[in-house]
Amino acid sequence: MGIKCQVSGIRLKTFRPFKLFLFCCLLATCNLQLATVFAQPVQSNDLIANAKSYDGKTVEYEGELVGDILRRKDFAWLNVYDGQNAIGVWSSNALLAPVKWAGGYEKKGDMLGINGIFHRACPEHGGGLDIHAQSIVLLKEGSRVLRPIERKRVLWLGLLLGVLACLLIIHILQQRQRAR
Amino acid sequence: MILKPQIRDLRIIAHFLGKIVLAYGAMMAAPIVISVLFGERVPIIDFSIGLLLSACVGFGLLKLADVPQGAEASWMHGMVVVSGGWLVCMALGAVPLYLSGHFVSYLDACFEAMSGLTTTGLSLVQDLDHLSHAANFWRHLAPFVGGQGIIVVVLSLLVKGPAGAFRLYVGEARDEKIMPNVIETAKFIWKVSLLYLAFGTAMLTAAGVWAVGMPLKESFFHGICIFMAGFDTAGFAPRSQSIIYYQSGIYEVVTLVTMIWGFFNFNLHYAVWSGKRPELWRDIETRTFLVSLTLVTAMVCVGLAQGDTYLNFSAAFRRGVYQVISGHTTTGYMTIYAPQFLTEWKPLALIGILVAMALGGYTCSTAGGIKMLRVGVIAKAFREDVKRFLTADSAVVTTKFRHLRDLFLDDKLVRSSALVIIAFLLLYFIGAVIGCYYGYPFLNSLFESTSAAATVGFSTGMTQAAMPVALKITYIVEMWAGRLEFISVLVLGGFIISFFRGK
Repeated sequence: MGIKCQVSGIRLKTFRPFKLFLFCCLLATCNLQLATVFAQPVQSNDLIANAKSYDGKTVEYEGELVGDILRRKDFAWLNVYDGQNAIGVWSSNALLAPVKWAGGYEKKGDMLGINGIFHRACPEHGGGLDIHAQSIVLLKEGSRVLRPIERKRVLWLGLLLGVLACLLIIHILQQRQRAR
Repeated sequence: MILKPQIRDLRIIAHFLGKIVLAYGAMMAAPIVISVLFGERVPIIDFSIGLLLSACVGFGLLKLADVPQGAEASWMHGMVVVSGGWLVCMALGAVPLYLSGHFVSYLDACFEAMSGLTTTGLSLVQDLDHLSHAANFWRHLAPFVGGQGIIVVVLSLLVKGPAGAFRLYVGEARDEKIMPNVIETAKFIWKVSLLYLAFGTAMLTAAGVWAVGMPLKESFFHGICIFMAGFDTAGFAPRSQSIIYYQSGIYEVVTLVTMIWGFFNFNLHYAVWSGKRPELWRDIETRTFLVSLTLVTAMVCVGLAQGDTYLNFSAAFRRGVYQVISGHTTTGYMTIYAPQFLTEWKPLALIGILVAMALGGYTCSTAGGIKMLRVGVIAKAFREDVKRFLTADSAVVTTKFRHLRDLFLDDKLVRSSALVIIAFLLLYFIGAVIGCYYGYPFLNSLFESTSAAATVGFSTGMTQAAMPVALKITYIVEMWAGRLEFISVLVLGGFIISFFRGK
């Protein structure tokens, strides 16, 4: 037995109950996905400002790994900086295979794409704001950053040394004059 | 009649300023050592420029002054030297910071330098996580120098005459001598601080390695930086996330101990050192602090319970108490992100933090704010007045309290305490009004202004490189005046006016 249905005034094909059930399941799944997964990367400012609406949901977050990888037995903390803030990412060691470079002075850290559950006040970690990673993707490998010494600064250094030397010579001459 | 300053006055001021600049500049050798240790080449040049510039300015001032040996500072000289010295140190300390390329402007670098020297901890640094170890170390060394007092450094190293030395010492908001001789007092403060530095760094390094999971070298670097900024209630951290970076309850506890230890009166440190431990609990400041801490913690906990951010009590307590102690000790270390104060905390909790910041820590310590002694004295004065109404008219009502020794409450003490409290409240308010003028909401402005004037360093996110220049200057002045507790700053203002209007 077929059922005729009309959605938004458009007459659709006749559905059998099983097909209808499948369609409903598909629709429900899509709705659920829309509600919990943010396919576009979220900015840290947005996460912090609207923490309540992201709480407990799966988010995509991208940024540079900065500082050190803080190992805790089978897990580790990564601090991932997206240019606005660094957010703590709790990850199992198994997910860290592609991670090589942590950013710092003269080091550009790996750009990572994090897929994980966002916690506004993580019950597992004393109420901290964090992301529990489900997957980590290496977007761009980090590298060493060379910082050359500017010639202008070396000249300034030389100039200041000269001024100081002059002051010291004047001081010594004055001392000698006084001693006489 | 206001007397116009003479050339001799200027020479004496230049002489002591020169000594301060030389001592301060010599400290730039420390970041150079750090640069060598971490193999950073560019900062060696930056800090060498800063060091040589300070040496030229300091030596030049001494040469210009050409004061005969043994010249002593009067009260006016002492106050002008102290307030002017802090400004000169800010300007020189900002040079290597600006050269690091992590500041939008030289003014921002000055803001950072003043924030460090005054142990505030508000920061305008850009991309902190990529800053060199040397520049980061300098950011943390500044509060260690400023917290103990730049003048204390000079007194310890370069001043021999005791009479003028006391006037300099008092100018830096310290009027309690630990030893009979003020130079010995300065030396004691430094000895104690260096000993604590060694112990605290060891504790934090161990916690960094075992609890946080950092490599030993980095853990040591973070340990020494966090101790210097924590003990001196500054609140700078080597990473942009403050204490959140470490993601460790144990590390948080160690930093809490560091903060509390730093905000005690140095006289009480001396009492503990000389075996008089009960003195710690008998002092009016400790008792006032315990009452205030209890009330503020209750406010914050109730405020957090009203919200739905923290799902269990332990999380709310951990985040709440950390922020309360950090605010009350005027440190400013944070285990929440700055905007969360506004987005996640209910107004009652926020006001609790505001009150904690405003009240501040102990006198003769590295903490800022109104100070516990003054709050305690005013509370005692209220109590005495109420008691006077409740007793017979002929009765003589006196109030005794313990602060290093037994003291009687007198009108002079109450008046001086009330004056400083009023001055602080005015400073908080004026800063808030200026913030409002630039379009920020009143509560945000008041929070930020109180944080700057009480040298705390908490922020709701208002303090950033993009804020108006006038607001940056306002906060610099607030930090400076709040740290020196007004008198020396006002005397400097009077000194400048007397140049034009004096006779």
